Amino acid sequence: MSPDPALPTIPEGLRGVAHEPGVAKPDPILVVDGLRRSFGGVTAVDVEHLEIPRGLITGLIGPNGAGKTTLFNLLTGFDTPDEGDWTFDGTSAVGTSAYRVARAGMVRTFQLTKALSRMTVLENLMLGASGQHGERMRTALLPWRWRAQEQEVLERAEELLVRFRLDHMRDQYAGTLSGGQRKLLEMARALMVEPSLVMLDEPMAGVNPALTQSLLGHVKDLRDVEGRSVVFVEHDMDVVFDISDWVVCLAQGRVIAEGPPSAIGADPAVVDAYLGATHDHRALREERRRRREESGA
Amino acid sequence: MIETLFFDALRSAVGPTAASYALLAVGLNLHFGYTGLLNFGQVGFMLVGAYGMAITVSVFGGPLWLGVIVGVLAAVVLSLLLGAPTLRLRADYLAITTIAAGEILRFLVRNTGSDALTGSVFGLRQFAGDFYALSPFPPGDYLGPLRFNANRLWVTLVGWGLVTLLSLLVWALMRSPWGRVLRSIREDEDAARSLGKNVFLFKMQSLILGGVIGAIGGMVFVLALQNLTPEMFLPQVTFFAFAIMILGGTGTVLGPTLGAVVFWFLLTGLQSGIRSVVDSGAIPGVAGGQAVGAVSLIAVGLLLMVLMIRRPQGVLGNREELRLDVS
Repeated sequence: MSPDPALPTIPEGLRGVAHEPGVAKPDPILVVDGLRRSFGGVTAVDVEHLEIPRGLITGLIGPNGAGKTTLFNLLTGFDTPDEGDWTFDGTSAVGTSAYRVARAGMVRTFQLTKALSRMTVLENLMLGASGQHGERMRTALLPWRWRAQEQEVLERAEELLVRFRLDHMRDQYAGTLSGGQRKLLEMARALMVEPSLVMLDEPMAGVNPALTQSLLGHVKDLRDVEGRSVVFVEHDMDVVFDISDWVVCLAQGRVIAEGPPSAIGADPAVVDAYLGATHDHRALREERRRRREESGA
Repeated sequence: MIETLFFDALRSAVGPTAASYALLAVGLNLHFGYTGLLNFGQVGFMLVGAYGMAITVSVFGGPLWLGVIVGVLAAVVLSLLLGAPTLRLRADYLAITTIAAGEILRFLVRNTGSDALTGSVFGLRQFAGDFYALSPFPPGDYLGPLRFNANRLWVTLVGWGLVTLLSLLVWALMRSPWGRVLRSIREDEDAARSLGKNVFLFKMQSLILGGVIGAIGGMVFVLALQNLTPEMFLPQVTFFAFAIMILGGTGTVLGPTLGAVVFWFLLTGLQSGIRSVVDSGAIPGVAGGQAVGAVSLIAVGLLLMVLMIRRPQGVLGNREELRLDVS
């Protein structure tokens, strides 16, 4: 372990991995090849090669319109690519419908949270459990066939509610939750599926700073306590650098940089993507300096 | 006179027509109230149920039980035909498809080309004999002031018996994990998908089951009348069923039943009331039966509007749930 937990070091699995787009990793859980998706004339995603490491937290960053959410949608079966191939846990996942992707262990959350408003918080969570016998129509009418399992699901849901500090809202409609609580609910609900890879689309968006800290703790727990792999999209760079083991930067649909957080912040390609081309960036600095001098004079 | 009005209204509210509309609404409630499927063609399911049974018995001389099976199977086939192309799409597509399908079916059965099978505009009769032969009631007058004859009592009992049975079925299903998935689809089907639920399959199951319940409603409806014509299956039947469901409380188990009773009580009560006023000549310029029908429908519409403004969640609905319905 690192002597100073505030400064994340490169985890063992990624030591010696080059800091370049499309680099191969020792034990990837998700491997993407030649994935393309365009809307009309606009190419939203054009990923040549990308590997997501197992058991670690990967931050996905990029300016607005970089194709982060589209990439999420493609990988989780919510959208269909024009071409491309990707494997999840060694199995090709191309053309797999969204529900099968989730059952295979890749579960996503949404940028705009999807709380099931007119169901209670507890019901929201219990829905998440997979392989429920009572979800088959015929078995549904034979309560004795699913009651024991329902009890297990209930216990697991209640544990998660406590962990995510939602237990006091247990029997409230999910529609009454605040924005931040909905983010918590969605993450807890995704965990009910027992995923091996959790895909979080902007889990901190619109969450107040105090709650952000606790959400960050939950995301770290996914890796440290439960050994799950995490990919998350985030705009707040402090958050990204704080919890990511590896950062992938997307711009105009392409992977333009990869590396540990310590390296990615200084990567000129990343700076360019966020602030415009390099010479523009320099021009901007020049402009600022000139103004400063003028106002000082 | 008030007493006559009251018993007229009550006679209709507990009668077989109300029971068959309750069945239509029970099916619709499964579609719309629990799964969020916008089915504007419930009358189509009613039609295939009624015709499936009547054709089997009256044209081919089959037994009643076979007719019932044919009617149910026809509803299953209709669900598959409607659902397969539309359930993967957004909710509005199912609405458009179902309303069109209902009308297409009606034109199909009233077409002269299908005369040999459906009796075209004249419809079918003589299919209810087997059903009334099962009646345990000797001829006579029953239920005192409601003046039910033996046949009406029998079909009423069967009708409400089916309403009870199928409402219990819906209740049992909706408290199971299966019902939980259905409600999650109503709230947000993408969320359900992201949790590994095969949304298409659940929607199809809901469409089939609700459609079959509607078809059974159609059978009760025509058994009570002992004949059927295409004009019994106008699009407005679906909208009556919607009104009944919303009136009783969308997404509640007993809502459709209560809604049907209240709806037919109001409709018949107003009809009788207006007719007796018109017959007494109190309203100059309005005469004859047709005007009475139209005026009472207008009055029911107004009453429903007032009710919905005062109690938008229906009689049994939950107001808090309605407030959350913003998605």
